[in-house]
Amino acid sequence: MRYAMAIDTKKCVGCSDCVVACQTENNVPHGYCRDWIVENVNGSYPNVEIELRSERCNHCENAPCVRCCPTGASHIVEGGIVMVTHNECIGCGACIQSCPYDARYSHPEGYVDKCTFCQHRLQKGQNPACVDVCPTKCLYFGDIEDPYSDVSLALKNRTWKVLAPEAGTKPQLYFLT
Amino acid sequence: MKTRREFIKISAAGAGATAIGLSGVNILGLNTAQASNDQTAASDAEMSVYPTYCEVCFWKCAGWTYVDKKGEIRKIIGNKEDPHCNGRLCPRGTGGIGMYYDEDRLKTPLIREYDKDGNAYFRKASWDEALEYSAKKLQKVAEEHGPECVALFNHGSAGSYLGTLLKAFGSPNITAPSFAQCRGPRETAWIATFGEAVGSPEPTDIRDTDCLVLIGSHLGENMHNGQVQEMADAIDRGATIITVDPRLSTVASKSKYWLPIKPATDLALLMAWIHVVVYEEIYNKDYVEQYTYGLDLLKDHVKNMTPEWAYGITTIEPEIIRKTAREMANAAPAVIVHPGRHVTWYGDDTQRIRAVAILNALFGSWGNRGGFYMKESVHLPKPKTPPYPKPTKTWRDAYPGQFKLASLALSSGICDATIPTEDRACSFKAWVVAGTNLPLTLPNMSNTVKAMENLDFLLVIDTMPMEITGYADVVLPECTYLERYDLIRDSPHREPYIALRMPAVEPKYDSKPAWWITKQLAEKMGLGDYFPYDDITELLDWQLKKIGSSLEEMKRIGVKKLDREHGGLYFQKGEDIEFNTPTGKIELYSNEIAAEGFDPIPVYTAHPEPDPGFYRLIYGRAPMHTFSRTANNHNLWDLQKENAVWVNPKVAELWDLKKDQLVWLKNQDGVVSSFPIKVRITERIRWDSVYMVHGFGHSDKKLRRAYGNGANDTELITRVMVDPIMGGTGMRGNFVTFLTEQPQKEAKS
Amino acid sequence: MKEELFISGRDIPNIDPFLNIWHWQIPIYLFLGGLAAGILFFAGLFYVLGKEKEMATTVKWAPFVVPIALVLGLIALFLDLKHQLFFWRLYTTIRMESPMSWGAWTLMVITPLSMIWVATYFKEAFPKWSWRFNFIEQIIDFFTKKRKEMAWVMMLLAIILGVYTGILLSAFNARPLWNTSILGPLFLVSGLSTGLAAIIWMSKSKIERRILSRIDILLIAVELFLIVHLFMGFLAASAVQIEAAELFLGGQFTVTFWVFVVILGLIFPAVLEILELNGYHIPVWIPAFLILFGGLVFRFVMVEAGQITRYLY
Repeated sequence: MRYAMAIDTKKCVGCSDCVVACQTENNVPHGYCRDWIVENVNGSYPNVEIELRSERCNHCENAPCVRCCPTGASHIVEGGIVMVTHNECIGCGACIQSCPYDARYSHPEGYVDKCTFCQHRLQKGQNPACVDVCPTKCLYFGDIEDPYSDVSLALKNRTWKVLAPEAGTKPQLYFLT
Repeated sequence: MKTRREFIKISAAGAGATAIGLSGVNILGLNTAQASNDQTAASDAEMSVYPTYCEVCFWKCAGWTYVDKKGEIRKIIGNKEDPHCNGRLCPRGTGGIGMYYDEDRLKTPLIREYDKDGNAYFRKASWDEALEYSAKKLQKVAEEHGPECVALFNHGSAGSYLGTLLKAFGSPNITAPSFAQCRGPRETAWIATFGEAVGSPEPTDIRDTDCLVLIGSHLGENMHNGQVQEMADAIDRGATIITVDPRLSTVASKSKYWLPIKPATDLALLMAWIHVVVYEEIYNKDYVEQYTYGLDLLKDHVKNMTPEWAYGITTIEPEIIRKTAREMANAAPAVIVHPGRHVTWYGDDTQRIRAVAILNALFGSWGNRGGFYMKESVHLPKPKTPPYPKPTKTWRDAYPGQFKLASLALSSGICDATIPTEDRACSFKAWVVAGTNLPLTLPNMSNTVKAMENLDFLLVIDTMPMEITGYADVVLPECTYLERYDLIRDSPHREPYIALRMPAVEPKYDSKPAWWITKQLAEKMGLGDYFPYDDITELLDWQLKKIGSSLEEMKRIGVKKLDREHGGLYFQKGEDIEFNTPTGKIELYSNEIAAEGFDPIPVYTAHPEPDPGFYRLIYGRAPMHTFSRTANNHNLWDLQKENAVWVNPKVAELWDLKKDQLVWLKNQDGVVSSFPIKVRITERIRWDSVYMVHGFGHSDKKLRRAYGNGANDTELITRVMVDPIMGGTGMRGNFVTFLTEQPQKEAKS
Repeated sequence: MKEELFISGRDIPNIDPFLNIWHWQIPIYLFLGGLAAGILFFAGLFYVLGKEKEMATTVKWAPFVVPIALVLGLIALFLDLKHQLFFWRLYTTIRMESPMSWGAWTLMVITPLSMIWVATYFKEAFPKWSWRFNFIEQIIDFFTKKRKEMAWVMMLLAIILGVYTGILLSAFNARPLWNTSILGPLFLVSGLSTGLAAIIWMSKSKIERRILSRIDILLIAVELFLIVHLFMGFLAASAVQIEAAELFLGGQFTVTFWVFVVILGLIFPAVLEILELNGYHIPVWIPAFLILFGGLVFRFVMVEAGQITRYLY
């Protein structure tokens, strides 16, 4: 089982609901965020286009942050979710250095924190908070190894991309273009 | 000489400081999103839920407030049964908890006093004293000038009770800025055409439409929750979106056609579309024949308004104009030419929306699936109260013969009628302002301030120390929507729904719900009989039981659907319908407007353009903020702390502006923005305009997060183009230039 | 024109707009670690070569600096940790894929080892010294006899210590400036060179200094070669690496790097050492100080610049 998320950039309006919902669900401190919106603008007026992406930790299959962690605090659990055990983390920052997506941050309490795909909700059969709140329903989540999961169906018949594939991390966030 | 209504900038000395009650929370430091120190996400099973409906904007999405075991509010989630949100709140609704936790909230009643040097300050007062004082002041105005000289400005739930109070008092002058400053022209245009207003929320059937035309709407940046959701559904279904906007808005980037129109020329495009639809005979023939009046007059009127003519004005190519018109006609009746929301632009706005209405009528979208559905709301029974006294004068008396087609009171009109003039016998003497920050809402800020200086009494009821509170005589702190009951929500939708708001926690500090404030005030004014309950839950339960529910049931389910009682969701084929217009039909040619002496079918007029070196100031919304209301909300401030001025790269090069550089904006009347604003150099804006999000540049220091961040567009909107038909205030006729260095500050009076 | 921006207000401390989470503590540690590695390596080497007497400072006295340097370095590392109470977690596991884990364990072994090495020379340095407790005397005696084995272990661990810091940085493929296999050897050679500089500075024997200077000049040449290759490699690699290299070829670190690290820290001291070897009298402290200073600046620059380089945004 491998959890993945597909983000439909054609529907995302950049409202940042996913950001604030994650904040209230996961007690993220003010000034920090586990997910964010990136806007890309290309062209020259009036031939301009924009792309909006809701980004977060990619829960990479080949996660460099897990590899470089000296204590094993950064680890992978069932479903391919990359988690951090707070009381095993020493706050050395190696994982932050190793993430090409800048998905991690140093929590004021000392340990390193990031998106957990709302694992505490998955355990209860709920979706991550961002997926459940998105007004345009542009976030699709599920087990990518299951051909009928929301995420697998979303990827069918659509062109998609991942971020920085050349970094070799095998990220599990797919952006539908 | 110091004005008697000087703006009280900082928290007053002594008593005032404790009124603010700094709770030791470090803003720049690292405080958690909730007060609790619990770092792990709480499980839903361990929390209690209370139904509510959101107050951050007018959409009023119903939701559930989650409170943990320690009694702290953790999150607000949408109610799945509610058609306004379908279980998904928008970012402002999700961030609504920031309103509750905001340490800068108003905490106690405040009364304006003057020290021995004549300087004004606020002193803390008890509720009893503040209410008694307010009652006396209002009664004094009634005695000296008549109760009609008291006006209520409202935007939010408090208006329901305060409106009753004012009517009981004898004043019919109740207004919301959302009419004259926002949707007014479209209501008047729609009433003239279809016989009824568009209303709020708009009954646009976006989820089933095949073609959505947005001319004056930036859906997706304006976060009208249900409409954004339905737009996403429409995108999934492959519907065509046509956006007309001088700026590449978010929705423009998702549109099949983006028409980068020259600002202020939209009416020409609309008339050219009408021309194409009429002359190529691609209008909905059955619908037009059965339901409309004036096709021949229309045809004659638009004879010369060809796409080629429009091209010269709008810079949109004739072929595109034809193509898009045909695409719309092809989709008819499942086409929506969206009436827009904030349509007060250039003073001819009623006419522009008339053109929109005419197009919709030609396509037959009004009353058809994929166009506009026939909304319905629940009618809750009202309790028995004494009859209201008959007022002897209304705001309309200040504008004899004018604005007869304005269906609601004009806020800017009342504001202007507060400044005494020779040719007017009386002016407004007292304002009650609830939930609207007038200095940033009404255009021409200095005019608003001048009006307030002429008041005998200004009572402000609000949750936050917004700029309006700095001018008040009495400030009453209302608790947030999460801490109170309110009337049952009965907004219109496809089906009649009701929603309950109940408190999730006790009010913080010494704040109180508006229903209580109004009840107490009413008692002190001898008008208690108009509020025949001691606690609002009595009224709610009574009303709910009368329509087949109960307070106890609503507390469990939050939202309830009732049955439609008035007709179907759409017109039946061939159904005979009488419209509330002079002819009983949908008027392509408006008799009502003609009777007032205006063009019965719109005529394009050119509007002033910027001088060299000046750029048209265009403003809009951000999906994570509601006007200036949320600028201090910590959760939403995290998402956007300030606005930026969008500048085209060619213009930036001309002025040698760099990304994130701070500039001051000066408008055509020489007014300079109080605070600088960051430059965003982007290809998304034309070279003759600049764009910024409205609601920033707060000047009230008590809003510690919002103060000084970004620039305030309202202070630059000094040229107001008043719509002669209904008095709307057109605000897009202002032009700005850049000042790269801080200008000399003039002494502010 | 292209634009790429965060529109949700993201501005995380130390992460935005540029990664800035490792501050002075890391370069200080890298420097001290490299220095310690250099000194210990040569101490072990010359001991094994039987030159204990001729290269007294190298073998006996310079290592006195090492435990101090390592402890200070460890303190710097500890100060850098953000979750300090849990630092002991480093020693509950060894993770073969994490260079930081190797480093933690290497330090765990090499620090006491260096202390023991130094302890065996205590009596020679301070004739009146007494270990107070009998069992300590016995332990020190035991190790004094095992100097040769210790020397071999020390050399091995010193190489690991010197090279792992570079490997640690190069393992962060998200930081294009560091993601090159040259970084490991470069840090090692730099560490050895700074170690030599420190020994040269402390040495009172002209012969010893000559021998060390010759080695040092060779190491500096290797280092310059590696630096040239480093940049050639960047410029021939992907776009992100080219951008990383540009920080040093016209960007904000150009002057600092080429003037302070390369010219003042490598080339100029090498020239001085060559002159010294050819008979000109150069005060000992000048080239030594410059090499040490250059090594320190090098690590500061690499840590700061590396965090600025990135794949995205």
